[in-house]
Amino acid sequence: MTTTILGPPDRLAPGQAATELARLLAGDYPDAAGRFGPFGGRFVPETLMGAVTRLDRVARAAFADPAFRAELDRESRDWIGRPTPLCYAAGLSRAWGAPVWLKREDLAHTGAHKINNALGQALLARRLGATRIVAETGAGQHGVATAAACARLGFPCRVYMGSIDVERQAPNVDRMLRLGAEVVPVETGDRTLRAAIDEALRHWVSDPLETHYLLGSAVGPHPFPWIVREFQSVIGRESRAQMIERTGRLPDAAFACVGGGSNAIGFFHGFLADPRVALFGLEAGGRGPGLGEHSATLSHGRPGVLHGTYSMLLQDSDGQVIETHSVCAGLDYPGVGPEHSFLNWIGRVRYEAVTDREALDAHAECCAREGILPALEPSHALAGARRFASANPGAVLLVNLCGRGDKDMPILAREAPMTGPGGRP
Amino acid sequence: MSGGARIRAAIESARANRRPALVAYLTAGFPRLDQFGPLLRATDAAADVIEVGVPFSDPMADGATIQRSSRVALEQGVTLRWILDALGGLAPHARAPILLMSYLNPLLAGGLTETIRRAAAAGVAGFIIPDLPLEESPGLRELARSHGMALVQMVTPVTPDERIRALAAATDGFLYAVTVAGITGGSAASPGEEQRIGAYLDRVRSLSGGAMTCAGFGVRSRAQVRALAPHADGVIVGSALIEAIENKQNITNFLTELVSTT
Repeated sequence: MTTTILGPPDRLAPGQAATELARLLAGDYPDAAGRFGPFGGRFVPETLMGAVTRLDRVARAAFADPAFRAELDRESRDWIGRPTPLCYAAGLSRAWGAPVWLKREDLAHTGAHKINNALGQALLARRLGATRIVAETGAGQHGVATAAACARLGFPCRVYMGSIDVERQAPNVDRMLRLGAEVVPVETGDRTLRAAIDEALRHWVSDPLETHYLLGSAVGPHPFPWIVREFQSVIGRESRAQMIERTGRLPDAAFACVGGGSNAIGFFHGFLADPRVALFGLEAGGRGPGLGEHSATLSHGRPGVLHGTYSMLLQDSDGQVIETHSVCAGLDYPGVGPEHSFLNWIGRVRYEAVTDREALDAHAECCAREGILPALEPSHALAGARRFASANPGAVLLVNLCGRGDKDMPILAREAPMTGPGGRP
Repeated sequence: MSGGARIRAAIESARANRRPALVAYLTAGFPRLDQFGPLLRATDAAADVIEVGVPFSDPMADGATIQRSSRVALEQGVTLRWILDALGGLAPHARAPILLMSYLNPLLAGGLTETIRRAAAAGVAGFIIPDLPLEESPGLRELARSHGMALVQMVTPVTPDERIRALAAATDGFLYAVTVAGITGGSAASPGEEQRIGAYLDRVRSLSGGAMTCAGFGVRSRAQVRALAPHADGVIVGSALIEAIENKQNITNFLTELVSTT
């Protein structure tokens, strides 16, 4: 039995990083205990042990079932609109002095990558025999995706959303309601994504047999980080094939934003086995590196247990989880998926912080040069790519544009108001 | 005597008096730091075992009452370090053995080995850790045992028989039988529920291999305690005690009346 929770993860021995990566690529992680090396696991109340064990079993059977795969593929094509395009960003390429390619997850149904997982888990919920679905949401994208998937498959749906997020992502609340979901504002805790997950877990603890908790990020107890990664890995598979088809080569570097890390983990999985592709996860650096000013977990956190998983965590010296800040709700989370902690530990992915300001600048540049209004979350990835391009001119860059920015209009009006002709004063 | 043996002796002594053992939960430092000592003493005057709650920022298995008491305690600056310092002065004078009830992360933050050593030095008899399932518990259990401390396991109405056996075999002190699939502080059980809970507790007992069982979650009234008593060795009261503290009731009387048989 594992005792790795007894202390911080060991320093890597020489050569261990390569061994650990090989294990991951061979499918040895997550292991039977739900671990990626020292990270992950299932730290949940006894009431949920049956539910997470059953979910693991049903998911394994589903992934091995051609009929399940066929239905997922068909719905992904007809209802989500997959494959999403790979788009050459001519304007950004000229400005940055490096060819930039965008993976257009913003063109997926409901406007973000979240739909890949929402559809997949809703199909799993049917196999589980669940009668209702609950979800948490931060930016509202996962809530909208879950509401849509539940409408499609006929599940009643309840979405927990921090009251601060209800206010700052108001357009998505209306979308969820129109798609038939019940939206429950969470007034406890930090009133953002973390409190919404707490509340969704409480709901699940109270109804572990009938409810499926459709968790939206690659966080939480095993098997969620694995299931979410499996449903999101379509992004990486498509991206890799499209890059080869369009350019005859792989990118030099690939960039994705990381909050909980669902878009990034699916995207990275397309390239983990390609040692020449440098991978970058961009976290929300917020207003700066001070405690509570950001949500850059891998840049500033320590290992700990939150929401059922052992992973890097923003916490104080007494083990209390601290409040975080980001201009965008989707990255405003003090934890991170355990597989990202693992990839950071072995050094396969480099995680860097991008400030609110840098993200807003990259957002404006993408609007102006590409005619694409991205969400603020992938604007962090764009900012990371721009930073890399300035140090590596000519490098071929691939950015996962994981969502569109319509939901961010209230934040943009406040943080970057339009002035001048036709603009707001 | 080990922590587990002290807990078992406390429960047995209540049963010798023909009443269910009373396990009482307090959030440390709620509602104010300076009331921890007086409230612990008042609880000790009526309870057989005391659970001292370590507040956590994300109490996912707790209902509104313990969420509230945890938040207030954290706002007062309560830390595990502060709790263990305070218990170092209080535990040796308490009649009832004291369990620390904590989510895992506060125990990990200072280094688990060091935390367990400090808890043992403070006179703590053992731990209840709601987010540490059986599969993840062996390392911590061994460490606790090596310091003479117990790790109490929980079972729930959705735990399969085989798993109840395994949890009963692993637990030390008593087996914590959660009466509902849910969070702490639920409303009082309806009459139909009482029958279901009784049957569930009988099933737990038949599978427990002799481990003593205490029933908790949603225990609020004397009538409930009476209904539970034939099916368990003890009852656990948490949210109702926190609410009694909020209502400025005399908590020794509140607890005594809860388990009185007359």
